[in-house]
Amino acid sequence: MHVVHSRGDKVFRGIVTAGALTSLVILGLIGSFLFARGAQVFSQYGLKFITGTNWSSSMEEGIPSEFGMGPMLVGTIIVSAIALLFAVPMSIAGALYIEFYATGRVRKMLSGLLDLAAAIPSLIFGLWGIQIFTNFGQRWASFLGNRLGFVPIFNTISDNYGRSPFVAGCVLASMVVPITTSVAREVYSRTPRELIDTCYALGGSKWGAIKTVVLPFGKSGVVGGAMLGLGRALGETVAVYLVLNLNFRYTFRILESEGGNVASLIATRFGESSSEELTALVAAGFVLFLLTLSVNMVASAIVAKTTRS
Amino acid sequence: MSEVTIPQPTRPWQRKRADTTRSAVSIGLVGFISFVIVLFTGFAGVDGWAVTVFLVSVLLIIIRGRKLSAKERGNAKIQLFITAAALLAFAPWISIFGSVLVKGIVGLKLNFVTSDMRTTVPDDELNMGGALHAMLGSMMMVLMATAITLPLGILSGVYLTEIKGRFTFLVRFVIQSMSGVPSIVAGLFVFTTYVSATHGPTAFGGSLALGILMLPTVARTSEEVLKLVPDDLRSASLALGARQWRTTLMVVLPTVRSGLITAAILGVARVIGETAPLLLTAGSSTAFGFNPIKGPIASLPIYVFGMLQIGTEYAVNRAWTGALVLMLAVFALFFTARKLGGKDKR
Repeated sequence: MHVVHSRGDKVFRGIVTAGALTSLVILGLIGSFLFARGAQVFSQYGLKFITGTNWSSSMEEGIPSEFGMGPMLVGTIIVSAIALLFAVPMSIAGALYIEFYATGRVRKMLSGLLDLAAAIPSLIFGLWGIQIFTNFGQRWASFLGNRLGFVPIFNTISDNYGRSPFVAGCVLASMVVPITTSVAREVYSRTPRELIDTCYALGGSKWGAIKTVVLPFGKSGVVGGAMLGLGRALGETVAVYLVLNLNFRYTFRILESEGGNVASLIATRFGESSSEELTALVAAGFVLFLLTLSVNMVASAIVAKTTRS
Repeated sequence: MSEVTIPQPTRPWQRKRADTTRSAVSIGLVGFISFVIVLFTGFAGVDGWAVTVFLVSVLLIIIRGRKLSAKERGNAKIQLFITAAALLAFAPWISIFGSVLVKGIVGLKLNFVTSDMRTTVPDDELNMGGALHAMLGSMMMVLMATAITLPLGILSGVYLTEIKGRFTFLVRFVIQSMSGVPSIVAGLFVFTTYVSATHGPTAFGGSLALGILMLPTVARTSEEVLKLVPDDLRSASLALGARQWRTTLMVVLPTVRSGLITAAILGVARVIGETAPLLLTAGSSTAFGFNPIKGPIASLPIYVFGMLQIGTEYAVNRAWTGALVLMLAVFALFFTARKLGGKDKR
């Protein structure tokens, strides 16, 4: 469609382009402001800000403060990894179930439920996690701990399993599942019908068709969906804040009742922080921003590529 | 002459009566055996039941499947596994809906929506105090955020569908990645740029943070609905001599009015439950303040969060009730969006 542009059109196009580019400006501003405010910390601590093991703000003269976000970065990764470990298989099964096994009313109901679940605020996941799910999670954690306690990561010092990274990871998994499932479902529904029918015509069973056609076809889409979920899990604040027994030191014991992540560090320390610590928190926020942004960019590139054709 | 037999059509795809009976017997058997196991071992609770039923089902499939071919047996087993995993995936949400409803309804009395916490402490009986101030605060911030974000979102949508300039790919990519900005980072950004430079947490600060989180949803939905406008309409308008700006403003946008409202509603549903950014930018209070640029303001998520932190029995009850109101609000928004969204497609 060729359009001759008048002056009015030029103004119009200018305004619309400016409006569309605000999101780019906002994203750039977020990155640059957080970096500018946190720059002092980066230059003072250097790489030790990432790898340091201690986060303590001293109010007294003479005792230096120390800000190292290493434990929280590790905590973030541990909790998110547990979440994905549970969420990805469940999402694949859920998507396959809705797309290929459920029929009629059940299918309609489940896809409605899936849409609604994606809209539940993370606060409600956190509330449910600490008030309801912890009872179950604790039981499963103690089951694991009693049998696999000899493996270092399942080892615990106290016999307190509630509010552990394991339980928080399970709660995060239930938050990630709606995202990953809807992406997986979307991709699976695009499997060419002829390929599936060919499989049946050759005498294949339903599982045979899924295994040889649907799963390979949707592989990269599922990876993209899982990474979108990972992005949500990495940056989650309230659910982790409410469920975990926050403790800002290294812990690799996933069943022990302590842990934390970067976002919950910011939320916890924010209220009572000195200006020095505030700068460090902003710097930590910048690191989190970079982490989630890069994960999300890769994820959306993958999802866009697989759902376009 | 030999007799002509007329072949009766068979319906091999239809379930036979025997099949139905057999599966009913199987389900009954699984239920009974699981009941016996749960009765005699310590496996209690919903999770214990689930594990028992699953294991017994696997066993039954193996036993009953001896007559079937290997292919059918494998199929049945896989189907059971997928169903079980899918149930496990959906169970938390049903548990969430159920528990929020059951626990929240205890405190859902008239005073919850008509009074605030000015003269009530969280430990008071549930027939005192309420969350009116928090609901009003949430509403105010969300409306301001919408007022800021909706024009920007629509402009982005128009750019992507009408202008298709050289930034199309970039804009789409940025919107996509912006939806992954953690909510606490948005709060931290508004805090460092606006809140700490002015007089501390305010409603306006809160709405700025919410706006950042809302923009991707609004922009993406706007693009989706604008794509639905048939090109014939645009061509017809251009053929009548209208310029592109008139075509867009007077033909394209009015056509998808309800779709654009849907975009706003979905954006609101996305941010109404956001807690972390409001902790940093809006603070909390016990009464509603009408000045959006002065003083901290309460919101429903912060109300729930604060009550949960207090942790006493009545406070936790209030938290559940707040969560129920929040969830009902999200669902109401969601269904409205669905109703409206369906309209444009017709």
